[in-house]
Amino acid sequence: MIANSTIEEAAYRVMEKAAIDIPEDYLSGIKGMIDLEKGDLSAFVLQSMVENWEAATEDRRPMCADTGLPRYYVKVGNEAAAEKGFVGIERALRCATARATHDVPLRPNRVHPLWRTDNNNNVGINAPEIEWSFEPGADWIDITTVHKGGLFGTDYRMLFPGDGIDGIKRFYLDTLVAFGKRGLACQPAIVGVGLGGSKDTCMQLGKQAACLRTVGDRNPDPKITELELELKALGNDIGMGAMGFIGSSMVVDCHIEVGHTHTGGMPMSVHTFCLSSRRATARIHADGTVAYRTDPQWFTPYLRRETVEWQTPAEPLSNSG
Amino acid sequence: MADASGTLKQFRLSLPATPDDIARLELGSVVFLDGIVYTAREGVYKRILEDGEPLPADLSSISNVNFHCSPAAALDGDGTYRIGGVTATASFRFSKWMSDWLDRTGTRIVIGKGGMASDDYKSVLVPHSAVYLTTVGYGTGALLGRGIKSVRDVFWLDELGIAQAMWLFEVERFGPFIVDSDLEGNSLFAQHGEAVNRRLSALYDGLKPPALHRYGETDDRKKEVM
Repeated sequence: MIANSTIEEAAYRVMEKAAIDIPEDYLSGIKGMIDLEKGDLSAFVLQSMVENWEAATEDRRPMCADTGLPRYYVKVGNEAAAEKGFVGIERALRCATARATHDVPLRPNRVHPLWRTDNNNNVGINAPEIEWSFEPGADWIDITTVHKGGLFGTDYRMLFPGDGIDGIKRFYLDTLVAFGKRGLACQPAIVGVGLGGSKDTCMQLGKQAACLRTVGDRNPDPKITELELELKALGNDIGMGAMGFIGSSMVVDCHIEVGHTHTGGMPMSVHTFCLSSRRATARIHADGTVAYRTDPQWFTPYLRRETVEWQTPAEPLSNSG
Repeated sequence: MADASGTLKQFRLSLPATPDDIARLELGSVVFLDGIVYTAREGVYKRILEDGEPLPADLSSISNVNFHCSPAAALDGDGTYRIGGVTATASFRFSKWMSDWLDRTGTRIVIGKGGMASDDYKSVLVPHSAVYLTTVGYGTGALLGRGIKSVRDVFWLDELGIAQAMWLFEVERFGPFIVDSDLEGNSLFAQHGEAVNRRLSALYDGLKPPALHRYGETDDRKKEVM
């Protein structure tokens, strides 16, 4: 039985790690881009960011003072047991958020949308969001947090099958260009693309693609891999670098996630994770030990499962009565 | 690694900045600040400019730098503040308040994220002899945090919360910032945006707009969202 206190402590640590420690895959991705960047202002911005990350690690202070909209992704092993069940996990995550907001400190970002009241702890109605997934045959619980902003750099559009791959490229460019100028999207960033599903799952898939896959990771479908690489190159060919200054550093990597969708539609979402790419994961084992990492390992084959084993009945169904 | 920092001009200003200091700032140069910087954003603007509350301090004699930001801060039980860092918020949305605000406070340097529309520089900042500096990368919270030496004062903390309260920070080598607008109202972001625009038609070549248009949508990607 995994204790609530263990979950709360692990969630607190991932909040702190996400805020302060840049994921190593992202840092090396950025360093690789600096080597290629010809724009002097864009290169200056990237160098300053590297210095900022060094300062954050040395001082143990957040890389960015804007906490974004912190959320949790929780993957529960099917054999895992947590004290007080799912409600216990949820309560531990909310407590950890409030504690991390005070202790790290994180900026209290969450306010009521109309009354603008602030609990000063990043906890409120429907906040932080918690998304759940499951893993067969496992007895651990993975707690991932990502801190991503929500004001710019993310968009959704209902495309149709007739819009095709060109339509996907067009909307991708539209989004990067619209929000990349003046650096509103806080680029360069890992860009996530959600394709398919219903409107809301399309948004979720795109955000997961941006925030829960590491730089260099590829979709297992080779044709989608090809599209990922094509979109990455396309984004870096806009001529825009960090903060919208002239340059080539727009997309550190592009990840696509798909969901089977309505036969008449092709919904698409685009999400730019920010220049701080804040993510951290803790695996809590059944014996209460905790291991930390920066790869959420969210997209397992089970999560991308495609269909069910099912056969058409040999005999027609009787319809009597 | 390209060594860009060597090619950019750098300035270090003591605050309040003098008109001469401000006149020397060139687009695209890098700035560090020493002295007092205050924060004000929608909560503060509404309170003073719409609800008619008086300024809580004689800003014109203390600081002429308005930072559009809020801190990652915590209040400890003994009444002291811990500041982790600050990060800017998008400035274009404050345009409607800025002219009155500059009148009331004597502010000459505005710092934030993304700049303001070029027209606003010409119609709002230029008549007040004010310039705009942008934060760098928008995420340099740790570097800026290092530059904050102490909290001189904080106003309306209970009413507005940590993020919207007005903070007065004592800063030292606070930065880096990049000059986005000068006293003539030229905009660095606009200049770079135009250079990007020149390549766009080739990039969009052959990519048709989607079947379904959205209300009010434009196909002209040269237009900016702000």
